[in-house]
Amino acid sequence: MNNTAIKVENLGKKYVIRHETGNGDDNFREVVVGGAKKIITSLNPFSKTSKNDEDSTTEDFWALNDVNFEIKKGDKVGIIGRNGAGKSTLLKVLSRITEPTTGKIHINGRIASLLEVGTGFHPELTGRENIYLNGAILGMSRKEIKSKFDEIVTFAEVEKFLDTPVKRYSSGMYVRLAFSVAAHLEPEILVVDEVLAVGDVEFQKKCLGKMGEVSKEGRTILFVSHNMAAIASLCNKTMLMERGQISYQGDSPEAIKRYMNPTHQHEFTPNSFQGPLKNDILFHSIAINGEEGIGVTIHPADELVFEVRGVSKKRLDSFRMALMLYKDNMRVLTTRDVLPNVALEEGEFIFTVKIPPYLLRPGLYTIAIGGRKEMHSDWINGTELCDFFIKEEWSLENEQENEGVINVPFNGERRMKSNVN
Amino acid sequence: MEKNKDFEFTIEANKAERHYWADLWRYRELFYILAWRDIAVQYKQTIMGVLWAVLRPLLTMMIFVVVFGKIAKLPSEGVPYPVFVFAAMLPWTFFATAFTSAGNSLVSNANLISKVYFPRLIIPAASIIVAMVDFLISFTILIALMFWYSYFPTWHMLTLPLFLLLGFFAAFGAGLFIASLNVKYRDFRFIIPFVSQLGLYISPVAFSTTLVPEKYQLLYYMNPMVAVIDGFRWAISGGQTAFNMTEVIVSIIVVTLLCVFGAIYFRKTEKTFADVI
Repeated sequence: MNNTAIKVENLGKKYVIRHETGNGDDNFREVVVGGAKKIITSLNPFSKTSKNDEDSTTEDFWALNDVNFEIKKGDKVGIIGRNGAGKSTLLKVLSRITEPTTGKIHINGRIASLLEVGTGFHPELTGRENIYLNGAILGMSRKEIKSKFDEIVTFAEVEKFLDTPVKRYSSGMYVRLAFSVAAHLEPEILVVDEVLAVGDVEFQKKCLGKMGEVSKEGRTILFVSHNMAAIASLCNKTMLMERGQISYQGDSPEAIKRYMNPTHQHEFTPNSFQGPLKNDILFHSIAINGEEGIGVTIHPADELVFEVRGVSKKRLDSFRMALMLYKDNMRVLTTRDVLPNVALEEGEFIFTVKIPPYLLRPGLYTIAIGGRKEMHSDWINGTELCDFFIKEEWSLENEQENEGVINVPFNGERRMKSNVN
Repeated sequence: MEKNKDFEFTIEANKAERHYWADLWRYRELFYILAWRDIAVQYKQTIMGVLWAVLRPLLTMMIFVVVFGKIAKLPSEGVPYPVFVFAAMLPWTFFATAFTSAGNSLVSNANLISKVYFPRLIIPAASIIVAMVDFLISFTILIALMFWYSYFPTWHMLTLPLFLLLGFFAAFGAGLFIASLNVKYRDFRFIIPFVSQLGLYISPVAFSTTLVPEKYQLLYYMNPMVAVIDGFRWAISGGQTAFNMTEVIVSIIVVTLLCVFGAIYFRKTEKTFADVI
């Protein structure tokens, strides 16, 4: 028979972005007043159409644009890409949460999606009650949940707290229980968003193991992650998404390589930044050890120098800029450019941050830049602006055995007690 | 194992899903469990617990008895005033809670809507079940009241479920409209309590429908709860109060229109819920 699990043709999803709305919600009054105005202007034969005025406040944004792919039954497909590349939107459209604007998706098989761990968990309900609730929400039948109940509880390691409301759970227990329910879903096609980014390392490993097990049973998996190691070990195929399109699909190692070393030049746009100050401070670029752009590879023995350039449109009192480094979605460090109570003058600025050699372990790091007026809520922030790679070069200062995020060069000693006489 | 064929489907832009109603049936377990969740959660960590379902209408009734029965001395068609008011308070409280929870249901389940697929119609429908349970609990007071005033149930009582059904659909239809509007325009958050408060006074809860001037009667019947309340009174008093057929017909028409257009509007906006909520 047909061995296609998912076939996507010409898929597009458009969002209309509104500018200058006071609050996030649509205002009913605006619509009523706007509608009344429209009627009045349409009644007036001499008025010009005010269409241009209206268009200036909205902007079309294609979160997905002309996406085409086909997934065979039993394929484990990773989806990678920067934030805002359209990964989550793709999953939402595939899971029927939101409707596509153009195109067609054909799905063949029972599909379940896991876009968040613990969707629908109710804090007032007990662990036992939440297993049934969450299971039903994820599409399991009561019978199915009942038959797997013990397995779910054992996997989550929460036997003792089954009849405690989950609001009294520690966050670790909460996540374990939530993931455990999800892990026992048995769909033919499983769509998973970055859900493994939660929980402690031990449990993450267990979850990856469980997912690997699931995939061996011949199920189709779509897996979005920023964790390249997980993608590499789980997925036989990977799609790389950029700006709402699939820029590469094929073998996982190749996709990961392209993701980490994109060929195009990355420039900051005002859209890369958020916050009330995003129109007052314009960041232009960042250079890492003199190299502009992204995907820079650094030798562990080199000192890291970040040089951020930008323009401030006005003077800001006691303003400190910050540079944040992330690895596997975890913040590694935050460092600021000046001491407290220093004003940022109007004009062009360059701020530099230095990080000593051998501090960071090999791997991929992403950079976020932001700033904040002290004692004030005005801020600006941009995440995943660019990334760099610390090379795997082993030496005494940078041992392979020495795992973790930061590196402490060999600094130990051993004494034998019996030798001391 | 269910056959694969059931799970083969196509998602296409701007196309109504043929599977919607079949899906609604397939997701019935979710409906039960969401209704159960709302019931289970409602009285958690309260000392009075389920008693609140009894206390609220009881206290309101007592105030009405004092203000409208004793002070304003409103006529009650020969029925003891407490029974007269409580017979109306029951369906009205049911309608108000059902309408309020249905109207707010989508917004309060925003996390589900933006993360999981299921026919969204389940949410407002399930939220009304809580009001139904509250209704059944407070119904016990009515039985106590009837004993106290030695009213014994007659065959009229058997028509009660029909009027309750009418009230259910009135709340459901109106709730569908408000719920989907509330997703986009949070203004409706403020309209909902206003409607349920004002409705208490413009519906014939404290007074009898016969007090409404003749020329406004037909207009008055447009409020679908008028027929429900009068029907409750008629059924509970064993035919002692008047039964008005025009009222019931007008109400059925209004409720049908509300449900049909409510469902159409809901279905039309449903697909964008996840984007705007």
